[in-house]
Amino acid sequence: MDDQQKPILSVRNLRTYFFLDEGTVKAVDGVSFDVYPGQVVGIVGESGCGKSVTIKSLLGIVEKPGRIVEGEIWFQASATQTDGAAPVRDGAVDLARLDPRGREMRAIRGAEIALIPQEPMAAFSPVHTIGDQIMEVILLHENVAKEEAWQMAVERLKEVGVPSPAERMNAYSWELSGGLRQRAMIAMALACTPRLLIADEPTTAIDVTTQAQVINLLRDLQHQHNMAIIFITHDLGVIAQVADYVVVMYLGRVMESGPVMDIFHNPQHPYTRALLRSIPSITAPSHTLLPTIEGSIPHPFNRPPGCPFHPRCTEFMPGICDQALPELKQVTPTQSASCFLHEKETKIDEPTG
Amino acid sequence: MTNPNETFLSNKTILEVKHLKKYYPIRKGFFKRVTGYVRAVDDVSFHIKEGETLGLVGESGCGKTTTARCILRAIDPTAGQILFRDRNGQQVDLAALSNAELRPLRSEMQMIFQDPFGSLNPRMNLFDIVGEPLLVIGGMRNRQERMDRVAELLRLVGLPPAYMQRYPHAFSGGQRQRIVIARALALNPRLVVADEPVSALDVSVQAQVLNLMMRLQQELHLTYLFVAHDLSVVKHFCDRVTVMYVGKIVETAPTQELFYFPKHPYTAALMSAVPVPDPSIRSALATLEGDVPSPANPPSGCYFHPRCPHAVDICSQEAPTLEEITPGHFVSCHRAHELKLVGIGGQAERSEFARKHTEAERNNPE
Repeated sequence: MDDQQKPILSVRNLRTYFFLDEGTVKAVDGVSFDVYPGQVVGIVGESGCGKSVTIKSLLGIVEKPGRIVEGEIWFQASATQTDGAAPVRDGAVDLARLDPRGREMRAIRGAEIALIPQEPMAAFSPVHTIGDQIMEVILLHENVAKEEAWQMAVERLKEVGVPSPAERMNAYSWELSGGLRQRAMIAMALACTPRLLIADEPTTAIDVTTQAQVINLLRDLQHQHNMAIIFITHDLGVIAQVADYVVVMYLGRVMESGPVMDIFHNPQHPYTRALLRSIPSITAPSHTLLPTIEGSIPHPFNRPPGCPFHPRCTEFMPGICDQALPELKQVTPTQSASCFLHEKETKIDEPTG
Repeated sequence: MTNPNETFLSNKTILEVKHLKKYYPIRKGFFKRVTGYVRAVDDVSFHIKEGETLGLVGESGCGKTTTARCILRAIDPTAGQILFRDRNGQQVDLAALSNAELRPLRSEMQMIFQDPFGSLNPRMNLFDIVGEPLLVIGGMRNRQERMDRVAELLRLVGLPPAYMQRYPHAFSGGQRQRIVIARALALNPRLVVADEPVSALDVSVQAQVLNLMMRLQQELHLTYLFVAHDLSVVKHFCDRVTVMYVGKIVETAPTQELFYFPKHPYTAALMSAVPVPDPSIRSALATLEGDVPSPANPPSGCYFHPRCPHAVDICSQEAPTLEEITPGHFVSCHRAHELKLVGIGGQAERSEFARKHTEAERNNPE
């Protein structure tokens, strides 16, 4: 992508904690990444790594005991949206400082940043037609009459490849098949032509043939509208097929980030390497023992000290990895990793806090 | 890979399913008259040899779980035979047995469930969970004996026996699936039906559980019926694979042959829809148009013809039968002999090529 452009979204040191009676869960603990216009950023990670909480933070929809405790989320909103209440820098507004229920956030959410949720069955209301639900988004954000909104909704459904869109407007979500429902969900997300689309595991609940349809559709739409997409998944196959830039997360922290080619062919972090080794590839020989990552993901209350991955890491250095938290640093011209192995190699002598 | 052709029951075949059907009636109106049937499993036949892993693949709603449950008689089949060779070498038709007659056979076939969060009772500790089959079917009344056996089982699946008094909530997904496996193995089964055993697990844990299941198969001479939708996992794990579509078998073949030389257009379509974890071979994923038809109202002729890129007139008129076109390779397609389909071979080659290509690029920039 064009590096001269300003990032449309710039997340800096985001921390979202959940304050429970049992203790504090650091779901997102210092996450930074950029999204450029027209770029597909894939966030990969296993369950509990904080990928969903990260995007909930972006949208200002973190549930109650949780809140953003630190960090900045700079988003290039269209100029008309901000009215001076929130900090603005280079035309970007800090979403972390906006009132999640305030007018500005509500104007951005759904219109400028849209979400494709994981379960289209759960995300659609079963008692409203999908047409009404798509129109609701349009009527809320655009200054149009009902008839016009109807036309726009039909247009969107047509665009995502729903056959006979005008009739489907009157259908309920449970009348549609899995693939069509997911398409309708995408149509709803696109209703106001967002600048940033967030897809939260959009293909996890559906079959492979439908998954392929949805992936192709998202690729086409991205080319047409030059949208920025944040694509969240745990499926490395899907990431390899759709993403331009990959952010690998583990226990609320970014382990590694870089262009998709480099992440897959030249991974810099032991976790990325282990993750890539442990997937059974369809092109790999059968019936061999798969290399595994020992142990399991720690319980959120039981975060290991130091690098969160060190108890499972094969390249664990006693006295270093279990003592301090490695920072995300640039390790190749294109990639960043948070691992002490690289600090040792490049001999960066910085006091680690 | 050279499978001796066995359609009849040889001594080595542990299970043969013949023309298995499971129909669910659709009732409508005041008198609940039967207006039609959902053909969840419609004339399915296959066999599994002792010590083998047969993969059962298909999209959701294709009847793979229903088939698996019929074999264990967790649900009663509508028609067909399930011929099982028991410990003594006797061949019994599970479909015809009463519950009482099934009881002594229960210990020989066990199930591993998909969701390790739903299949363990949160109010029972590991000793109760894993020890229950020993008490109920195995008749092991002595508590100390049971303790010893449970400890042995936990060690077998890689859990410390000291965890015996803990409850399921204390364990992660992968550990829970180990508990489910320990419970399934408690009675020394010979046939284990694994219904999507790793699909609810994270990738890093998936590999651990697959390795464990492979090790146990060798140690305990288990036979697996492996139900899954993830083709990469199936390719890795199974000796032979059966592909189902809308309640019917479309293709059965040894794994390598099925993946490299598929004969049914649906199998080929499934293969090409799998996203390859390699960004250098990024191409438009070949997709099938439309959706899986409903088993209550399937299309005429071959159920796949409305979505099939190779369909001809006969496909919409006549249903194809499952035919053995090369030894051990069964296909249900009118055009199986003439079609030249691409399996994953193309992808593998391209991937290899791409890898070399990028390496060369990296070595000499510009």
